[in-house]
Amino acid sequence: MGLISKARVKSPWIVHYCCSSCNGCDIEILACLTPYYDVERFGILNIGNPKHADLLVVTGPANRRGSRVLKNLYEQMPDPKLVMAVGACAATGGVFHNCYNILGGVDQAIPVDVYVPGCAARPEAIIDGVVLALDKLSKIK
Amino acid sequence: MSLTELLIGLAALVLAPFVGGFLRGVDRRVTARMQGRIGPPVRQPFYDFLKLWAKALSLPNKASLVWAWAYLLLTMVTVFMLFAGQDLLIIFFVLAFAAACLAFGAYSVRSPYAHIGAHRELLQILSYEPILLLTVVAIFLQTGTFMVSGVLEHGQPLLLTLPLAFVAVLVALGIKLRKSPFDISASEHAHQELVRGVYTEYSGRTLALIELAHWYQLVLILAFVALFWAQPLWAGVLLALGAYFLEFVVDNVTARLRWTWMLSISWGKGVGLVLLNIVLIQFVFSSARV
Repeated sequence: MGLISKARVKSPWIVHYCCSSCNGCDIEILACLTPYYDVERFGILNIGNPKHADLLVVTGPANRRGSRVLKNLYEQMPDPKLVMAVGACAATGGVFHNCYNILGGVDQAIPVDVYVPGCAARPEAIIDGVVLALDKLSKIK
Repeated sequence: MSLTELLIGLAALVLAPFVGGFLRGVDRRVTARMQGRIGPPVRQPFYDFLKLWAKALSLPNKASLVWAWAYLLLTMVTVFMLFAGQDLLIIFFVLAFAAACLAFGAYSVRSPYAHIGAHRELLQILSYEPILLLTVVAIFLQTGTFMVSGVLEHGQPLLLTLPLAFVAVLVALGIKLRKSPFDISASEHAHQELVRGVYTEYSGRTLALIELAHWYQLVLILAFVALFWAQPLWAGVLLALGAYFLEFVVDNVTARLRWTWMLSISWGKGVGLVLLNIVLIQFVFSSARV
């Protein structure tokens, strides 16, 4: 593994977007940042700016209006970038799947690299998902 | 400038990023421990830098790249000049322009978040600049020279006659390092307010340049603090590291506050303390001066 890909794996900055989620998964994502799980020890920062981020963490299903924002955020992120869909809704639409305004999972709007299951996804599962994403990131040249 | 001074300046240019990045890593680690977390490894800033450097280039316009380079290069000039024993006044004038370049780069983009961040960055410059310049004047009154090489040769530690100015410099240090309660233009710990303030529109390689410039500035400002106890030099280094540690503590026990408060602290108490110190030098310490 080269120095650059090692640096990429060691410092994934995330931007978190709540795309019409019920906020259950969002609370679990924030729990990852607290002292109990402390993802900063892996170099993960919740940076809050798509232009600085490497990993887009989306919760909730894609809806007709929010998916435009989602695409915009995705396009603002410089390469290499990954998308992680957190929770059942982000994967398939979940309990919202047959609502009038829902397109389905996040992959209906943007390409998704990692799906984290769960309703709500547990912090351990989210960290596992980040590890999978980092594995994928290390293979990007 | 002698050949030795030139070589020391060049060596400082090469070594400063490593020292600055290491100190930033220590900062993140110690801050995490103070918050009951484990924290990233000490080499984390270098990983961040390499990652940002290798990101795809996405520029809002060419001007922002030019301003980011100007920010880095002018900061490097100040580090070179300080370690080569040059004029303190010129160093801080160049530093002021370097800091303004960061704000100009943010102004060059049509983003409201970057603009508000840039306003606040200029307010921060406005706050700490008088403290630093008046401190340099106080140093001149004490040592009779603006040159760093002359200050280094001054026999008596400056801290003994400039204690109030030193306290004011600690305030300026907090503003310059963008630590709470003075992290106004962009919050230090990626707290999300105004996206990322003045850095919002910098990304990838330009952000890496800015990070590198911050490491240089950290070394510069700590070296300036060390000048307060220049003889022997190790005492100065200890003084600078102590001041840096004090910044961690202050950073972790205070909240982000408003710019009006920052301005009233730096112009009211900060500049007041330096002026009082100048008065003391002129009328009280002057009889004791050798």
